[in-house]
Amino acid sequence: MTTLIRSLIRRSWPVGLVVLALAVSACAEEETGRSADDPIRIAMVGPSASNDLAFTQSMVDSLNRLGQEYNIEVDITDGTFVIEDAAVAIRGYAEDGFDIVLAHGSQFGGSLSEIAPDYPDTYFAWGTSRDTFGLSNVYSYSVKSDQGGYINGAMAAHLTESGTIGVVGPIEVGDIKAYIDGFVAGVASVDSSITVNVNYIDSFSDVALAAEAAQAHIEAGADVLTGVSQMTVGATGVAREHGVLWFGSQSDQTPLGEEIVVASQIYNWDYQLGQIVEDLLAGEQNGRVITADFSNGGLTMAYNPNFALDADVREAADAVQAGITDGSISTGIE
Amino acid sequence: MSDFFTVSVLLATLAAGIRLATPFLLAALGETLGQRSGVLNLGVEGVMLLGAYGAYYATLRTESVLLGIVIGLAVGGAMGIVYGVVTLALKAEQGISGIGIFIFGLGLSDLLFQKQVGTPTPIDGLGDLAIPVLGDLPWVGEVLFHQNVLVYVAFLLVPAMWYLINRTPFGMNVRAVGETPEAADSLGVSVNRTRYITIFVGNALAGLAGASLALELGIFQQNLTNGHGFIAVALVYFGAWRPVGVMAGSMVFGLVSAMVLQWKTLGIVVGTTASIVGMFPAVLTILVLVLVSRRTGSPSALTRPFERGH
Amino acid sequence: MLAAALIGAVMLLILGANPLTGYAALVDGAFGGTKNLANSALKAMPLLLVGAGITVAFRTGVINIGGEGQIIVGAIFSTLLVLAVPDVPRFLLVPLAFLFGALGGAVWGGMAGALKSYAGVNEILSTIMLNIIAVQILNLLLRGPLMDPGEIERGSRIPHTERLSGNADLPILPGGTRLHLGVVVAVLMAVACYVLLFRTTQGLRLRASGHNPFASLYAGMSVKRNVVLAFMYSGAMCGMAGVTLVFGSEGHRLATDGGATTFTGAAGFNGIVAALFGGLHPLWTIPASFLFGALLVGANAMQRAVQVPAALILALNGLVVVFVVGSMQARARLGRTAARLRAEARESPADTEAPDPDAAAEAPP
Repeated sequence: MTTLIRSLIRRSWPVGLVVLALAVSACAEEETGRSADDPIRIAMVGPSASNDLAFTQSMVDSLNRLGQEYNIEVDITDGTFVIEDAAVAIRGYAEDGFDIVLAHGSQFGGSLSEIAPDYPDTYFAWGTSRDTFGLSNVYSYSVKSDQGGYINGAMAAHLTESGTIGVVGPIEVGDIKAYIDGFVAGVASVDSSITVNVNYIDSFSDVALAAEAAQAHIEAGADVLTGVSQMTVGATGVAREHGVLWFGSQSDQTPLGEEIVVASQIYNWDYQLGQIVEDLLAGEQNGRVITADFSNGGLTMAYNPNFALDADVREAADAVQAGITDGSISTGIE
Repeated sequence: MSDFFTVSVLLATLAAGIRLATPFLLAALGETLGQRSGVLNLGVEGVMLLGAYGAYYATLRTESVLLGIVIGLAVGGAMGIVYGVVTLALKAEQGISGIGIFIFGLGLSDLLFQKQVGTPTPIDGLGDLAIPVLGDLPWVGEVLFHQNVLVYVAFLLVPAMWYLINRTPFGMNVRAVGETPEAADSLGVSVNRTRYITIFVGNALAGLAGASLALELGIFQQNLTNGHGFIAVALVYFGAWRPVGVMAGSMVFGLVSAMVLQWKTLGIVVGTTASIVGMFPAVLTILVLVLVSRRTGSPSALTRPFERGH
Repeated sequence: MLAAALIGAVMLLILGANPLTGYAALVDGAFGGTKNLANSALKAMPLLLVGAGITVAFRTGVINIGGEGQIIVGAIFSTLLVLAVPDVPRFLLVPLAFLFGALGGAVWGGMAGALKSYAGVNEILSTIMLNIIAVQILNLLLRGPLMDPGEIERGSRIPHTERLSGNADLPILPGGTRLHLGVVVAVLMAVACYVLLFRTTQGLRLRASGHNPFASLYAGMSVKRNVVLAFMYSGAMCGMAGVTLVFGSEGHRLATDGGATTFTGAAGFNGIVAALFGGLHPLWTIPASFLFGALLVGANAMQRAVQVPAALILALNGLVVVFVVGSMQARARLGRTAARLRAEARESPADTEAPDPDAAAEAPP
């Protein structure tokens, strides 16, 4: 140990030189303003990878669709699961003059409430949440994810033969909790004698834990599973191995298992993004909560084309979806 | 609570415990061999990640699980050569270079995954392999003999490793090199050659441990191992440098994790209580380390590079 | 370091990116303009605190890889204090928060030290376990008693505390950047570590313990006590890093992402690398942390510029550590003094009984 320390000390001077040289090379920064013909500059900060087949990807896909309708320029920082890194990116985008900055993660709200007041001309949006901190430049978006949960749950109730269904959840928050509560209610709406085991694994990212949770559900007799967030790729692997059916949420999860994924509830943020862009184009700031549901197209169902879903079950699901859309069916959540 | 104590759930928990113990066991057995020869490898976590990615990617591209296993081993072995050069030829401080290997593995596996695969793509991993006859035994068969092939490999390695260390000439060299390298050297045993072999085998097993995790899950992601490698190192101390002890430690970890998951699934523990239960394996390890360290000593030359003639 | 930069360039080429563009983006992202420089300094701040603390531990002959846990416990202690007495005026509350953070880190680090000194538990293993336990305690608190009442009311249940008292906000330094008091504290504490190690009797004792525990023992020092002390100092530094990460954060609250790194951004590990860059000298750790923080910040810019994941920088950092340690030791062999010292220690009868020779701090019977 001592020899190591001594020689380390002797060799450390180049580090100082490099730092000095680089510090000297610092240069000035630039500012930009937007004129009518310029594209709308939208920045997004997302917690996981842009192609996570879950929460982050749902927003990336929506931004791509938005690009077909509006003249926009998009910059994405993904994989910022550390909240402070996301905060730095959010402030950085606002500083760089982006028109709209999306803080795509409910855990970013604490930082955003401190950053947004410093940039009154920037439009901020964050979610899922229902809190704008009373600021006119903050939009918050949320989804009635309990609706798709309810539809998935109803289908799951029709498809289970063992009478036991398992749910692999990450952390009991926001749209995730709503989805799972809706799912449980959906199952009960068909057959209240079915057991639904819910397991929150306390992690958004631990796929190994998710896999074991799925395994535990199957060992407890579950023959249908559902789950939310990017860690579910672990659970779907186990479901595939055991031929257990899977219901997805957030993004279309069919690629995770063509033979077992029945259907997924998809978040389309197009509706909320569209409203914010329209406000921006009109030069207004009406910071508010925008909620997506099946009636405004913010939520849709995606059925796996390769899964031979029983026609009766599909019909029942469509009926539930229609009922939810026109308001005749309530999930009973909130 | 009553739900948990049904036979089928208990059996399932035991089976899950054995499955969960496997990556720990594979990595810890490899680490045991290395430490018995006097080399501490803290980079197990990084090697596991690279082995896991290698196995996942090979299986994804070729659809051959066997090739995946081979690649996992090979990647581990390659890292072993690197680690051997760094710690034996360059005589680098083992604790810190291990941390370097960990960071390298964490970064490189994530980098390659993002560039080569990107979106999470499932593979057909290891299915369960029922052993004929034994698998039909009531209870025991279900718990012990309906596992994937790497589970059998891991547990068969326990007696094999014991035999290797305690009953073969090579094993004797390993022990000699780990206890009194100078004496071994004076008797004509090449200290560094022995250590190169143990490091190579140990890292290959770490790679295999990573492969077992990735192939069992059928998926890879950033930081898939999530601390498994570090716990495996701890298990070597826990098991007092003996393969059987290491197996016992791995089983404790596997069973406790399986139990916690079952309890959460069945709603026996909920919410904040789960965090308390989650601490249990770590607290237990510290307690065991307190007891073990009083009783037995580590290989005397652990972490000490060998230098001839002074 | 040059070698790592070259390997990085080759890897960029293999990944189909122009290494020059990539590195240019990295340098610009880290050092281009006051804003980026400030971000680099902010990223470096916890690394410096952790790293400078780690030099104290290393010099005493122990490896502290429990920075993560010590950061977390320090953050918890200071958060509890601020929640308890939010109305204490700022000039008092900020120093108190640092004090409590240091205390929390010292308690958590001291445990590893005590386990090593009095129970013979290898510190590498105990600190890994203590890290796991600290994460679980944090999750438990944020999911339970410390959760923001607003979150419970709204039903969103995000695991973070309420916005902590403004009286505990680390004051922003003048100059129009985001730099705050934490940066100053970090530099001052690094200097304090230097003074402690090289300008006090206690530092002399600590270093002597690390240098030659057996000689120290014969000189009448308590090596066991020194190990515990070194861990407490090191832990206290990490605890203060925890304070800067809570009260200097944008959110001004204690939060977790639900993963293994909670809010630390792996500073407990990265701090070790920074300390190594800095030659395990508290003062050199200052520029080294800055450089390393800048690398982390620049990596994100590079990711955006050439679509190569920032993980590349992580991989390269690992290589740097391996190279640095490797080349170091090779040179050190030229000077045989220390090796001889070690050989003597090896031959002393004490060694046969010592449970762990690396632990060197074990007392002979």
